[in-house]
Amino acid sequence: METVFTPWASLGGGVLIGASATLLMLFLGRIMGATGILAGLLTPSSGSEFAWRGAVLLGMVSGPLALLAITGEMPAVQVPISTAMLIGGGLLVGVGVTFGSGCTSGHGVCGMARLSVRSVAATLTFMITTFATVYVVRHVLGA
Amino acid sequence: MRLIAAYIIGLVFGTGIALSGMANPAKVLNFFDIAGSWDPSLIFVMGGALVTTFIGYRLVFGRPAPILAEAFQVPVSRTVDARLLGGSAVFGIGWGIAGFCPGGALPALGTGRWEVFAFTAAVIAGILLARFLQSRGESARRATA
Repeated sequence: METVFTPWASLGGGVLIGASATLLMLFLGRIMGATGILAGLLTPSSGSEFAWRGAVLLGMVSGPLALLAITGEMPAVQVPISTAMLIGGGLLVGVGVTFGSGCTSGHGVCGMARLSVRSVAATLTFMITTFATVYVVRHVLGA
Repeated sequence: MRLIAAYIIGLVFGTGIALSGMANPAKVLNFFDIAGSWDPSLIFVMGGALVTTFIGYRLVFGRPAPILAEAFQVPVSRTVDARLLGGSAVFGIGWGIAGFCPGGALPALGTGRWEVFAFTAAVIAGILLARFLQSRGESARRATA
C-alpha cells in the first residue's frame, strides 16, 4: 500500500511531540512515554498517579479530533495487515515494551534527548529488528 | 491544575501524532520498507521530536524543579542488560508486524477505528503477560537463592 511522502506535516507533528515531551517535564517532571502512561494506568501506585496519566491519555485521544477541527480531516489510519497480525504484533509490543522499559516515545524521543545510554541501546535495537521484520514479512514471506 | 496541564500536554502529543502520520500503520510500515514502497516521512517525525525535546529538556533541566511537582523523575539506571535489549528487540518485531507502536496507537484510539482498539487490547494483554512472567522469574530466583 503506497503512502504519500509528507515531510512538512511529519516535521510539524514531530515538533509538537517534542513540545509535549518538554512540557510534561516542565510541569510534572515526567517522561512522555506511551508505555509508561499505559502501564501506569493498569496498576497505579496511587490515585494521583492514575489521575495525571488518565488526563494525558484523554488528551492524546482528543488529538485526532483536534486535527479534524483544524484541518477538516481525521488522520488516515490504513491497516494493510490481517487481524491476526494486528493482534500478534500487539502482544509482542506489549511484552517487549515491558521487558524493554519503553518504546518509541519513551526511549526513542525522551531517552535519546537525555542521551541515556539505555535508551540509545534500546532504540538502536528496536529500529534494527523493526527494519528486519518488515523486510522478512514483505519480501521473504510476501505477506 | 495538574490534570488540566496533563490533558493539554496529552492533546499536544495526540495532535502531533495525528499530524505526523505515526497513527497510520501503512505509513509507518512503509518507512521501514526501503526495499519496497519506501516513505521517508518518519525521519522527519523522529528528527523534529528529538531536536525539539533535546533543546526543550536543556532549558527545563536548568530549573531546580518542575512547576507542578516536587522533583524531576527520570530513570537513573545506566545498565544495558539482556532484559533491555531482548525486550526492545521483541518490541521491534511486534512494531514491524503491526505497524502501530504505543505512542501511535493511543492517540489513534480517538479515530474510533476498531483495529486500534484491537491492537491496544493486545498490547495490554502483552503487558500483563510480561508482568506475570517477570513475577514468576523473581519468585523462582527467590526459591533458588
